[in-house]
Amino acid sequence: MQEKYALELIEKGKRIDGRKFEEFRPIEIKPNVIKNSEGSADVRFGDTRVIAGVKLNIGTPYPDTPEEGMLRVGAEFSPLAAPEFESGPPGEDAIELARIVDRGIRESECIELKKLCLTPEEKVWCLFVDIHIINHQGNLLDCSALASLVALLNTKIPKLEDDKIIRNEFEKPLPVVFKPINITVGKISDKFLIDPRFEEENILESKLSIAIRDDDKICSVQKQEKMELSLEDIERMVDIALVKSKEIRKLVK
Amino acid sequence: MEVRRIVLPGELVDKRNGRKLWSGVYIEGDNVFSKVLGIPRITENEISVIPLSGVYRPRVGNRVIGVITGVEISGWSVDINSPYTAFLPLVEAVGEFVDKSRTDISKFYDIDDIVYCRVSKVTKDKTVQVNMKAIGSRRLYNGIIIKITPTKVPRVIGKGGSMINLLKNKTACEIVVGQNGIVWIRGLNKAKVIEAILKIEKESHVVGLTEKIENMLSE
Amino acid sequence: MKEKLISDGKRIDGRKAEEFRPIEMKLDIVSRANGSASFRFGNSVVVASVFGPRALTPRHLQKPDSCVLRCRYNMAPFSVDDRKNPGPDRRSKEISKVTRLALEPAIFLEEFPKATIDAYIEVLQADGSTRVTGINATSLALVDSGVPMKDLVTACSVGKIDDTLIVDLNGKEDNNSEADIAFAMMPSKDKITLLQMDGLLTKQEFLTAIKMAKSYCKKIYELQKKTLKEKYENVD
Repeated sequence: MQEKYALELIEKGKRIDGRKFEEFRPIEIKPNVIKNSEGSADVRFGDTRVIAGVKLNIGTPYPDTPEEGMLRVGAEFSPLAAPEFESGPPGEDAIELARIVDRGIRESECIELKKLCLTPEEKVWCLFVDIHIINHQGNLLDCSALASLVALLNTKIPKLEDDKIIRNEFEKPLPVVFKPINITVGKISDKFLIDPRFEEENILESKLSIAIRDDDKICSVQKQEKMELSLEDIERMVDIALVKSKEIRKLVK
Repeated sequence: MEVRRIVLPGELVDKRNGRKLWSGVYIEGDNVFSKVLGIPRITENEISVIPLSGVYRPRVGNRVIGVITGVEISGWSVDINSPYTAFLPLVEAVGEFVDKSRTDISKFYDIDDIVYCRVSKVTKDKTVQVNMKAIGSRRLYNGIIIKITPTKVPRVIGKGGSMINLLKNKTACEIVVGQNGIVWIRGLNKAKVIEAILKIEKESHVVGLTEKIENMLSE
Repeated sequence: MKEKLISDGKRIDGRKAEEFRPIEMKLDIVSRANGSASFRFGNSVVVASVFGPRALTPRHLQKPDSCVLRCRYNMAPFSVDDRKNPGPDRRSKEISKVTRLALEPAIFLEEFPKATIDAYIEVLQADGSTRVTGINATSLALVDSGVPMKDLVTACSVGKIDDTLIVDLNGKEDNNSEADIAFAMMPSKDKITLLQMDGLLTKQEFLTAIKMAKSYCKKIYELQKKTLKEKYENVD
C-alpha cells in the first residue's frame, strides 16, 4: 500500500517523507559506542540504524599478501531489525552487503595494511569489521559503509606484551588515510534519488552503489536490483555519487 | 536441406503495420520482436513466432493427455506435463451421481491412470481445471506414453491430420496426441512410431519432412 | 620488482589489450534439462543447465504474479589451483545473486506465475572472469529452453593493468589488476544488467571501460546467436 503511494508521489516529483530527490535523511554519527570493541560506531540515516564494531586479533596473513594485515567484513541482518529478516547464517543480501563494504574499504586502500604486519608471513593484525543492523528502514548499504568507516577511524590498536594482547590498553590509532564513502543511487521513472527509504527501495527500477575516495576515484561499483540501466543512466548516477560523497565525508571527522 | 527462417529472442520479426499479434512476439513501437527461439509466421493479417522448445502452457480448449497423480475427496490431481498441475473435479468426470462421503472415488480413476481430457478452465494465476465431458475424452488403457515438445504437436498431427494418419496407417498402432506434448501409443509397432515421432520433433522446421517420414516408415 | 602484465602492447598470454581469448560454446550438455550449454573464455570453462519453468514448492516461495528465477553458481573443487572446499562460500553466494539479477530483466517472468526457473552454473575450470562465462552459458541455456525472453544476455570482463584498459581478464590479470569490471547486457536493447567494479578508476576511465565492454559484448552476442541457430540449421 505504502509502496503504491510512494510511487504516485515520485511521479509527481515528491517523496513520501517530503525530501528532495537528492537529499539525505538526517544522519547521526556516534563513534565509540561499544566498550569492548577496539573501534565502533552507531550510525543512523533517518530511522535506519547500524552499529559497526571493529575487533582486532593476531593471526596469519592471507597467503597472497604475506606482509599485510588481514581485513574481514561481515554483516548480520538480525531478525530483530525487520519482519522479513530470518534467524540463521547470513543470506545472500547480507553477504552481498558485507562484500560491497569490504571492497569499498579494501580497494580504496584506506587502511595502511602494511603497517599492521608484525612478522611477515606469520603474524599480522587481523581486523574484523562486523556490521549489525539494528533497524532496517532502507539504504542499509550506505549506512553500513559509513558506520564501518567511522568505526575504523576510531579504532585503536591494542598494546602487545610478549605477543599477548592487552585489551583496553592502546598503543596507537589504526592508520587510516582515506575516507571512502558509499552512495547508493536509485532510478525510477527517469528520476534519480539517493538514500531510499524502505518503501522506496521496493519500487525502484534499479540501484547503483558507488564507493568514492577522497580524490574522486571510484573504488567499487555494484549494480543492484532490479532492472536494467543504460550507459547514460550510469553516468548520471556516478555524477550524483561524486557530489553526495563529498557531503557525507564532511560529516566524518 | 532447406529449413525455415529461425529467429531468436530480441530479433526483429517485422513491422507491425496494423496486424494482429499472436504468441511468441512482443512489441516496441511498431517493431515486432521475437520472444523465443522459433519459426516466424507472418501473413497479411497476423504475426507470431512458433517456439522450437518450451514447456506446455495450458489453454482452455486444449485436448491433453494427463496422468492421475492424486485422489482427493471431490476429484483428482492430474499431471499434464506443465508447471501447473490440473484438477479434475468429480462432477466433471463421472456422469452418474456419486455420494462422496461413502464412495472411494479411486474406483473411477486411480493414481497412474492415463486420461485424455479437455482443459476447461485456466485462471489468471494458472489454476487449471480439466474435464472428461468433451467427446473423445476417455481413459487410455495399456499402451505407453512419450513426451515431446508441445509446440511440435501440430507437426506430428500434420495438415488435416495428414502426418498422424500416415503414422497410424503405416504402423497399425493406435496413437493419441495430446496438445500438451504427451503422445499415447498402443500396438505392436510402438518402436517405429516412437522413432518417427522423435524424428518429426527434431526436424519439425525442415522442409519436406512428410516425405522423409513416409520413406522411413516404408522401409 | 612487480612483474609487468603488459609490455610492448602484449599481455602475458600474448594477447593485445583489446583481444579476447578463444571462445567456444556448445548446447545440449545435459540431456534431461530444459536447456543447457557450456561456454569457454580461454581456460575458463563453465557448464550451465536450466530446469523449468516448473512447479515451485514450498508454496510460500511462490510469487503470485511472476515466475521466480533461482541461480546457483558453484565452483568444482578441482577448478582452481588451491582446491576449493565443496559447497557455497560467500563469494559464490554473491555471484549467484548478481547472476540472477543479470538475467531477470531479460525474461518474461510474468508469463509463469507461481512457477520457478532453476539455473545451475558449474565452473569446471577457472582462469579469471568465471562469473561472466557463467552468465553467457546460462543465457544460451535459457534461450534453448524456450522460456520467453526480451533478448539474450551477454557478458564480459574489462579491467585495467599497468595503466592500460584491457578486455577479458585471465586469472593472473584478475588477481593483479588495478581495476576489474564484470559486465553484462541485453545487447540489442543496449541495456546493462550486470555492473560490478573494484579497484581504482577515475570517472572517465570507468565510462571508457564500460563502452569497451559494450562493444565486446556485441561481438560475443553474434557468436551466441550463431551457435543457437546452427543447432537447427544443421540437422542430421
